[in-house]
Amino acid sequence: MPEGVGIVETQRVVVFDGDHPLTLDSGAVIKEVEVAYETYGTLNASRDNAVFICHALSGDAHAAGLHEGDDPNRPGWWDNLIGPGRPLDTDRFFVICANVLGGCKGTTGPSSIDPDTCKPYGLRFPQIQVRGLVNVHRALLAKLGIEKLLAAVGGSLGGMQALQWSIDHPGEIDGALIVAASARLSAQNIAFSAVAREAIMRDPDFADGDYYATGKRPDRGLALARMIGHITYLSEESMREKFGRRIQDAEVPRYGFDVDFQVESYLHYQGQSFVERFDANTYLYLGRVMDYFDPFSDPVRTTSQLAKGNTGFLVLSFDSDWRFSTDHARDMANELRIAGAPVTFREISSSHGHDSFLFPTPDYHETVASYMDRLAGQAA
Amino acid sequence: MRADLNIVAGLVGQNQNVLDLGCGDGTLLETLIERQGCRGLGVERDIDDFHACIARGVPVTHGDLEEELERTAEGSFDCSVLSLTLQAVRHPARVLEGMQRVAARQIVSLPNFGYWKLRKDLVVHGRMPVTPLLPYEWFDTPNIHLCTLADFEALTTQAGMKIDSRILVDADGHRVTGLAARAANLLAPGAVYSLSA
Repeated sequence: MPEGVGIVETQRVVVFDGDHPLTLDSGAVIKEVEVAYETYGTLNASRDNAVFICHALSGDAHAAGLHEGDDPNRPGWWDNLIGPGRPLDTDRFFVICANVLGGCKGTTGPSSIDPDTCKPYGLRFPQIQVRGLVNVHRALLAKLGIEKLLAAVGGSLGGMQALQWSIDHPGEIDGALIVAASARLSAQNIAFSAVAREAIMRDPDFADGDYYATGKRPDRGLALARMIGHITYLSEESMREKFGRRIQDAEVPRYGFDVDFQVESYLHYQGQSFVERFDANTYLYLGRVMDYFDPFSDPVRTTSQLAKGNTGFLVLSFDSDWRFSTDHARDMANELRIAGAPVTFREISSSHGHDSFLFPTPDYHETVASYMDRLAGQAA
Repeated sequence: MRADLNIVAGLVGQNQNVLDLGCGDGTLLETLIERQGCRGLGVERDIDDFHACIARGVPVTHGDLEEELERTAEGSFDCSVLSLTLQAVRHPARVLEGMQRVAARQIVSLPNFGYWKLRKDLVVHGRMPVTPLLPYEWFDTPNIHLCTLADFEALTTQAGMKIDSRILVDADGHRVTGLAARAANLLAPGAVYSLSA
């Protein structure tokens, strides 16, 4: 793989404040919104080469490159896709990634200080929707002087943002690249989400979301939520390949209730490392954002909105993804087509389950690169 | 563009919503979209052709056309197109039925296995014919359901389809004129049909 984007820094900017607060669909107001973001590449003179990366539930603004002092083997979460010569080619595109509203990685969320109370919001943070996330991204773009995106790209919850954005703001996005996403969570998806939420809220240290000042955090609940989530991100095949029924650090089973199988050890590790970098309330809020997402609930509006713009869609799914299976992607592609939008669709073979969107599978990257080339050619 | 695709484009007409099954590199759809005010969707299994469609800005689904057709909702399109592909599908009758279900009009082009030169190869040389329209050897051909124009027309009747027009083409896909309609099954290398219910 060619060299990536090198050393990068997360930047912060206030996009809504007391004079211009963020008003959500529900009518709720967030007085101050700060956004953490990173950019890679250079905005061209005509300002038409901007590509916005929308991240998934546990993502952040650090999509590519290394922060000063980072382990060179642990670059940003979508580093294999972003960089010179990579599908999102930073020699040609100005790539922006921002932590979402409600997040815990620098953008205002439930762990931020509520200016009214001078205490963290906790569960007093208003309920948000994908639409609110998108509006904060748009406020950031306004600060950066960008009116139009060559592309919005996202996997999972990120794809949902790209989809909502293209529907709500026709004419702002030339191409939406939606990967491993869904336009509507299934009952099964919502069920998993509910169990994860219960795990957090039933943790005695949760303290109704006001755990920030107690010196304790609902780590057990959050770790459990992450373990449940992680099972749905992998495929049966990838778990079999990775762990099989092997025993951790031993040849023979220990026959007890402690962690024994490798897969158990792995899940524990995932849960533990997650609590060190993530906020339980953000997990609750963003989980709910996904549960309620339903951009085609008013097909008449969707059709008229999409007709006003000229956004093309690339919808990709992975054959081993059972969280948002290919059926989800096909349904989304179909609903977009019924609304009159031009949609290209491909199911890609990969054994990594829902997480496939993070892996550099050649088939996947080839199609993304091909779609980006077309968008760039069209704009030129 | 291949000459037979020009004929197909002429039969599709203006401002239609078109499903092109086995759309190849997207040339036909690109022409329909850019010059004839159509919109459309291609289905293509070959990955290089799929990417060629992307490069042309033609919306396309990667996959098997028979499976995609099954998934397509009734009346989703104005016109369904199957050019030089019927002979390569597993279930030709089911495909014709599906094309009728998803669109009011169907355009189908096919090579004529009843063409005299092919008959000659079989009768005189005793070998499976290899021609510009059917360039494969019998053992590596994707063409598993070859038929004559007469066979195809019999199937359309059975499927309750009406032939609105039939344009006979030569081996390069150019329109041939002056053939007696009744002699077409012997003298035409291929044909493009416009069909409806």
